[in-house]
Amino acid sequence: MTTPSKEALAKIAPVLTKRWLSPDAWKLSVYERLDGYTGLKKALKAHPDDLIQLIKDSGLRGRGGAGFPTGMKWGFIPQNDGKPHYLVVNADEGEPGTCQDLPLMMADPHSLIEGVIIASYAIRANFAAIYIRGEAIHAARRLRQAVDDARARGYLGRNILGSGFDLDVVVHSGAGAYICGEETALLDSLEGYRGQPRLRPPFPATHGLYNSPTVVNNVETIATVPYIVLGGSAWFRTMGTEKSPGTKIFSVSGRVVQPGQYECGLGVTLRQLIELCGGMKPGHNLRFWTPGGSSTPLLTDEHLDAPLDFEGMMGVGTMLGTAAVQIFSDQDCPVYATYRWIEFYHHESCGKCTPCREGNYWMKGILRRILSGQGTHADLDTLLDACDNLLGRSFCALGDGATSPVTSSIKYFKQDYLDYIEGRKAPMFSPGELVGAH
Amino acid sequence: MTEVAKKVDTVKLTIDGIEVEAAKGELVIRVAERIGIAIPRFCDHPLLDPAGACRQCLVDIEGQRKPSAACTQTVADGMVVRTQLTSEVAKKAQEGILEFLLINHPLDCPMCDKGGECPLQNQALSNGREESRFHEHKREYTKPVPISSQVLLDRERCVLCQRCTRFSDEIAGDKFIDLMERGADEQIGVFSGRLDVDPAEVVGETGLEGAIDANLLDAPFNSYFSGNTVQICPVGALTGAQYRFRARPFDLVSSPSTCEHCAAGCSMRTDHRRGKVMRRLAGDDPQVNEEWNCDKGRWAFQYATAFDRITEPMVRDPKSGELRKASWPEALNAAAEGLLKARTEGGVGVLTGGRLTVEDAYAYAKFARVVLGTNDIDFRSRPLSQEETDFLTSVAGKFQVTYSDIEAAPDVVLVGLEAEEECPILFLRLRKAANKRGTRVTSIAPFVTRGLEKVAGTLVPTVPGAEATALAESAEVRAALSKPGALLFVGERLAETPGGLSAAARLAAETGARLAWVPRRAGDRGAVEAGCLPTLLPGGRSLVEPAARGEIGAAWGLEVGDLSERPGRDTLQILDAARTGALKGLVVAGVDPHDLPDPAAAEEALEKVGFLVSLELRLSAVSRRADVVLPVAPAVEKSGSYLDWEGRVRPFDAVLRSAAMTDARVLDALARQLGYQLGTADTLAVLKQIGELGETRAPRAAAPTVDAERVAEPGTGEAVLSTWHQLIDLGALQDGDEYLAGTARPPVARISKATAAALGVADGEPLNVSTERGRVTLPAAVVDVMAPGVVWLPTNSPGSTVRRTLGVSSGATVRISAGGTS
Ligand SMILES: Cc1cc2nc3c(=O)[nH]c(=O)nc-3n(C[C@H](O)[C@H](O)[C@H](O)COP(=O)(O)O)c2cc1C
Ligand code: SF4
Ligand code: FES
Repeated sequence: MTTPSKEALAKIAPVLTKRWLSPDAWKLSVYERLDGYTGLKKALKAHPDDLIQLIKDSGLRGRGGAGFPTGMKWGFIPQNDGKPHYLVVNADEGEPGTCQDLPLMMADPHSLIEGVIIASYAIRANFAAIYIRGEAIHAARRLRQAVDDARARGYLGRNILGSGFDLDVVVHSGAGAYICGEETALLDSLEGYRGQPRLRPPFPATHGLYNSPTVVNNVETIATVPYIVLGGSAWFRTMGTEKSPGTKIFSVSGRVVQPGQYECGLGVTLRQLIELCGGMKPGHNLRFWTPGGSSTPLLTDEHLDAPLDFEGMMGVGTMLGTAAVQIFSDQDCPVYATYRWIEFYHHESCGKCTPCREGNYWMKGILRRILSGQGTHADLDTLLDACDNLLGRSFCALGDGATSPVTSSIKYFKQDYLDYIEGRKAPMFSPGELVGAH
Repeated sequence: MTEVAKKVDTVKLTIDGIEVEAAKGELVIRVAERIGIAIPRFCDHPLLDPAGACRQCLVDIEGQRKPSAACTQTVADGMVVRTQLTSEVAKKAQEGILEFLLINHPLDCPMCDKGGECPLQNQALSNGREESRFHEHKREYTKPVPISSQVLLDRERCVLCQRCTRFSDEIAGDKFIDLMERGADEQIGVFSGRLDVDPAEVVGETGLEGAIDANLLDAPFNSYFSGNTVQICPVGALTGAQYRFRARPFDLVSSPSTCEHCAAGCSMRTDHRRGKVMRRLAGDDPQVNEEWNCDKGRWAFQYATAFDRITEPMVRDPKSGELRKASWPEALNAAAEGLLKARTEGGVGVLTGGRLTVEDAYAYAKFARVVLGTNDIDFRSRPLSQEETDFLTSVAGKFQVTYSDIEAAPDVVLVGLEAEEECPILFLRLRKAANKRGTRVTSIAPFVTRGLEKVAGTLVPTVPGAEATALAESAEVRAALSKPGALLFVGERLAETPGGLSAAARLAAETGARLAWVPRRAGDRGAVEAGCLPTLLPGGRSLVEPAARGEIGAAWGLEVGDLSERPGRDTLQILDAARTGALKGLVVAGVDPHDLPDPAAAEEALEKVGFLVSLELRLSAVSRRADVVLPVAPAVEKSGSYLDWEGRVRPFDAVLRSAAMTDARVLDALARQLGYQLGTADTLAVLKQIGELGETRAPRAAAPTVDAERVAEPGTGEAVLSTWHQLIDLGALQDGDEYLAGTARPPVARISKATAAALGVADGEPLNVSTERGRVTLPAAVVDVMAPGVVWLPTNSPGSTVRRTLGVSSGATVRISAGGTS
């Protein structure tokens, strides 16, 4: 285990994670003792519009993957329209490699609830839902307990802390579908329908849950809000970069000594993250990595010093995504990793649109054939062309994401593909039954 | 109707370099179509909400990072669109999607019903790759899955465009089919409670019936509109059992036609091959049925080729007393002689039934007056009243309401009409108006039906017989009808309530609402207009008006006084007179005594009448008793027209050539035999005659003013009967269509919770409904919202032939009890 450099240590900025190591931080009493609900008290004294302005000024960008400016999203909610407004927290956390929302909800559920109350107050919502992925029974249980405790203490319900503001929160468990993390599919699922993305426009800001104005935000996004309320936008901007202010929990997994959640200012580099993780596992050398889950194109050891923020990642042809950093070494096969990811997309495609449904079916078949030693050179062209016909053609971003591992792995690791095709590498699978063209 | 010119915001855009103006909100795909640019598509359908699912319609729009779906993209000012014709990006995108669609699509076009008329096949031929790059396994499924007794699903062919599910949800309101599973396993399905078994496998082992018997489909696709999904499926994934594997599209001859079943007036397309109708499809008529029809219209047509079809005339042999085949001259001669004798000895009555074309009905009306010298003519073969006769006399010649008026109406009130069962396309339009325009529907009926639920309608709970009072006294109904543009729909069943039609006419007059009378059969409205009523001459001319008689007398070349001003007998009086011998003869067209309020009395009359001439398609209860039987042509073998409930003319040509003659032609020959010229031998000549009559100048009859009566108050163990026909039932025109019959709604006896509790009958348990005549026993269906003391039965469904078995109709007091016996 190597010790991190000074620069790396300087990037560590525990804001969201600051209570994680305190014993029983999930308990309301502990939370309150550690500054909990002080942001709320402050917020309830402010005018809702000022809160929206505060978030705009802070430059907070959505942590769910796309980095959309949160204050702007809140500002889209039409006010005085006579319709109910809703806040929906996206806790579906389905992106492969991503694991910051669940630990946050386990370790510090009240910070999310406090954020929910402030955000709801700002957008004038009296009902909020937290849509949590179905498998996360432990986190759902913890959240429900936290909601009950908060309600018992007057943080939820009618006339919260005497402010005249009412809010109820429901924790809704999904049924285990990646697509239900996509915000419009999430809304359909929340309404009790089959989770499939909705046609946009109209957007959730005007026609969201039950056809009413709705903000959908990621867990981390909302959990950040109380800190901004307490610390102010200027403080928030002291962390991260100009265009990507603040901190982000990076969930690092794979071939490092200490995988886990590392909260750093945006703009930290992979080199620094690996240092913070105690270095690569002995005997492993970095070969490829994802900056933000499998839907973000792979990077290699050439990109150790690229800043992990929204712009920095765009600059190297990928995306920050969910900041799920998955680290692979020279003992991992990029072709096999790609195959596994495409198996995931094939399984999780909702089926609504042709390119995603059929494209993933096809790519999975080709990849498996290549790994069985039965690939051809033409298959590589077909894969790239299938990606070309899928990227930007699918109904929602799930299909776009599926092309990322394929195109980027062929870009950086074509030789690995050729090794299977040309018989230099032993097949991963026994050759399946092949059928002629039809 | 005054059209207020609406100011439409328009935008200018260019598509493939062509500048075009479009209304704001219009979809790019539609605008392109308008200027002759066809963008390929699968999921798009102009009558369904945009889905953007198949992605076949991708086009290149300047300033957009990625290609856009033309079927979901609305126009914008200054937009520059490039389709596959001018953009490589769009072309490549479309080719890519097509390739994706084909990788898992089977190559079974040579045996697929859709082959030859398949949008996917056409696309593949014109834009597909010559050679496949796909070397993997295609998705396989056991096939077919019966999703109803009529509709079969071959999942591997499905392109998951969701047209079928969207139609069922958006248009029909029957969400019986939906997407199941996800990703490449996504498929269409119906709810099956038995998740452990795959219905397709059971079909493989035991056939279709096996799967249905095994109750594998708890909720089969029994929508009255399911056939439309077969029609709009862009591949051969959905097929109708009736047509499956029977023909290739390129061997079929298609003819535009009109549906002969109900008064909705649907346009149809009839496809035949070598003299046999193979299938029928909904025709396009935006004014009437848009692009839809009901399953009865689509799938009930084999009656015309039933084994008992009459193709040659028959006369009753005086020696044996049996019917025997005869030549036309012999039969016409026998008929003429018998009618002549009957006419002089006491008179002849004419019953025409509700299935005639306008032209045929006109011939009967003229035959009765000119040849038989009588006004004893009536088209009604169902419960009726003098009040109804007067009401129809007053509405004849007045056409106040159209389908499109429904969409413009703020409020629609239905009384005596269950549109989904009795006029299904009217129901679809009501649903569209309710969903898209917020039209409010109020129904005066005993309970909330599925149909009313689907238009989010309001019930004014009304015991049968109390409709007149409801119309007169309900503040809700009056308020609804007082809104400008409001419509009052009156079903033919309102005739069963004394004072009902009078109250409807009065309320319409008082509120300014427009009134439409909706009969159940395709020929009903035409018969009214043609003069098949004891009080009416053609063209809505009231007999009692000398001017009206003058106009007709002149047109028909009669002497003054030849046309009697005395109204004739109605159907029930004619039958009565025939039974007692007051009338010596009857001429009867397609009438089934079982449709009449008292079938036994009708049969007795048919037995007893001195001389009976039957013009019929198939051997019926009438023709079996007739002295002379003259065969006539079914709709498919003749030309003519129906008037739909709007009064709109629905003309059609003969689809099949045959020797069979129209009723009008047979009557023409019969008249000639008796020394009269009807001039009705061919349809065009009849149309010309009708046209030459022109509009009448004679005063129109006023609406009746009959008072409401007190409603029967059922004692213990009694209930007031409510009954109407289900769309798919035992109707003679559905004979032989077993697959269709399998999709009928199961017959049940509906009772309220209170009644069920009082009888100790739970939902699904047998309930007896009886009169002195007989008993009907059906599973009880307990209804949430229902007027008190009512029991509802389907009029003519398996196990529930109300008129035949019980001899009563709506409003009658019947006995009810629990259990199958007692
Ligand atoms: C296929 C797919 C899956 C997604 N899954 C998640 C998820 O699990 N959690 C999440 O917060 N956002 C997810 N998103 C992004 C959401 O659609 C949405 O952008 C986000 O919740 C907005 O929150 P933010 O503005 O706070 O980032 C997903 C998007 C796609 C296309
Ligand atoms: S069955 Fe036909 S209409 Fe339905 S989704 Fe499949 S292809 Fe489309
Ligand atoms: S036709 Fe446009 S997406 Fe299907």
